[in-house]
Amino acid sequence: MRLVLIGNPNVGKSALFNRLTGVHVVASNYPGTTVEITRGTMCAADQQIEVVDFPGIYSLEPSCKAEEVAATELRKLAPNDIILNVVDSTNLERNLGLTLQLTNLRKPMLIALNFWDEAEHTGVKVDASALEKIFGVPCVPVVGTTGQGTRTLAERIRQAAKPTRPYRLEDRRKWEEVGAILGMVQTLSPRRHTLGEWLGDASLKPFSGALIAILVMGLSFGTVRWVGEGLASHIFEPFFERVWSPLMLKLSGVLGSGWLQHLVIGTITDGQIFYGESFGLLTTGLFVTFAAVLPYIFAFYLVLSILEDSGYLPRLAVLTDRLMHNVGLHGMAVLPMLLGLGCNVPGVLASRIVESDRERFICITLTTIAVPCMAQTAMIIGLAGRHGPSALCIIFSALFAIWFVLGVVLNRFLKGESPEILMEVPPFRMPHFRSVLKKIWMRLVWFLREAVPFVLGGVLLANVLYSVGVIDVIGRLAAPVVSGVMGLPKEAVGGLLIGFLRKDVAVGMLAPLHLSFRQTIVACVVLAVYFPCVAAFTIMLRELGAARMLVATAIMGTIAVLAGGMLNLILWA
Amino acid sequence: MKQATIDLWNLPPGEKAIVVAIYGGIGVTVRLDSMGIRPGIALQKISRQPLRGPVVVQVGNNRIALGFGVACKVQVAIGGTKENAT
Repeated sequence: MRLVLIGNPNVGKSALFNRLTGVHVVASNYPGTTVEITRGTMCAADQQIEVVDFPGIYSLEPSCKAEEVAATELRKLAPNDIILNVVDSTNLERNLGLTLQLTNLRKPMLIALNFWDEAEHTGVKVDASALEKIFGVPCVPVVGTTGQGTRTLAERIRQAAKPTRPYRLEDRRKWEEVGAILGMVQTLSPRRHTLGEWLGDASLKPFSGALIAILVMGLSFGTVRWVGEGLASHIFEPFFERVWSPLMLKLSGVLGSGWLQHLVIGTITDGQIFYGESFGLLTTGLFVTFAAVLPYIFAFYLVLSILEDSGYLPRLAVLTDRLMHNVGLHGMAVLPMLLGLGCNVPGVLASRIVESDRERFICITLTTIAVPCMAQTAMIIGLAGRHGPSALCIIFSALFAIWFVLGVVLNRFLKGESPEILMEVPPFRMPHFRSVLKKIWMRLVWFLREAVPFVLGGVLLANVLYSVGVIDVIGRLAAPVVSGVMGLPKEAVGGLLIGFLRKDVAVGMLAPLHLSFRQTIVACVVLAVYFPCVAAFTIMLRELGAARMLVATAIMGTIAVLAGGMLNLILWA
Repeated sequence: MKQATIDLWNLPPGEKAIVVAIYGGIGVTVRLDSMGIRPGIALQKISRQPLRGPVVVQVGNNRIALGFGVACKVQVAIGGTKENAT
């Protein structure tokens, strides 16, 4: 037996799924958060039930890819599967359109009336028992984020029934029927615009919207920097210096001066460990992940999760829609790019939010080439920050320029057209404190699980390659490009090689080279552009397929050499 | 009284209007329909971004963003009946 969650986009299916199963999937306040079918289990009606979370759909007659996927899956339902139709109580009319179509499937069904609290606040009164009589299936008021009503919902799963009568209607009659049902179950009380609505609309207008966007983005970046830097310099770095260093020095004494010491601890300068340069597994390896990168990852996801749950991001999509048209995308593509600033892997996955293959190719290529992940950004801030804010400014401006120019070129030369934005803009909602914390926690755990093995592997591999002399050989081979065109020392090849595993380690490997202002900028930009890390590479391969992945890779290599060479020339002058 | 119609992009922001027709392929029509935009529906335009940017309209309790091309396909009559417009 399975319980399948179906409903319009952004009605809170994922939040409810989390509540029912205790499994955690990312739930946010914008349509299209869920791009994959997710499964979990719960105990109800004295048995283990598989719960399935679907991407949101507006209709069973598919008009986009997500709906096609959902419609195909729905046809595969087993006779004893139960449909849980999640409905937004504040928007009953549009939601019931889908409900009527679902009654046609003749499956046991129940309805969750989500956002029950919000409906009350906005003067929408829904008579759940009247609705229950009309459809002949249980209708349970719930609040997915807080969990209100979910217990009742779970208890009533056993009462799920086939709808008393299936509505087989053509479009026009369907809405008439919905209107008739609404008349019986819903009363609207007049009310004034709330402050939230007023702000929500202001954030969609050209002038006030732009002002709010600048304010929000400024605040966000400020907060990420302040929280990240604060955590790093007040908690993590002191911990490594005061607690970890003495431990490592002792361990180093025990290990002596053999290759094992070299691998685990690395270089010790004047009886001290410099975490940027020692390059041992337990020194630089752990320092990079925990002290240099983790604080920024935490800060980034803190801000992103609040932005996601507040409902601001779709507004940003509206405001950036025009800009995104230049690169062959529409406003919603801003969401995968923003996610990519945290880590390219979820960014690439989220690109499913744009529909056509052409858009997805552009979106994925731009994200992996010109959107640096937070791990990389944190290391770049560490490395280039030494040369002052102007270096950082040049690096990020160069990446943006690459993003834009490449996007315009791809848009020009890729065949096909890009569909336009057609998206619901949800109201502002107060982020639910515990959901935000849970989401951050989930993402941090995911980051550590993904990052730690690769960072340690990267440090290990770097050590091995150096000691065997491979890096030296490749360095000499690649010297014409790396030194000739980009003006980097040939030792930088080591960083470029390891960049395939982890970009943050790669930037770390540049630290001991004491690069000049120009070299630092070139190296950081080239590292960001030239190739995705192995995790992003794998997910790209899955999402794009081998052939288009090769095209993307060729573009990356070309751009890296071009951008590196050009920056080198410009900065020389 | 019969009124002149105008497309949704050219409808001035802030105005209320009633959808008269949708001149689009079946895909756009079905999608707009399922999102709540179909002939006879009252809506209010919230905003329009410059340079052929998207428009945002309020339909019932919902706000929906439509790109320039889609907005041009939606033909509306200015002025809504009170009971339909929220």
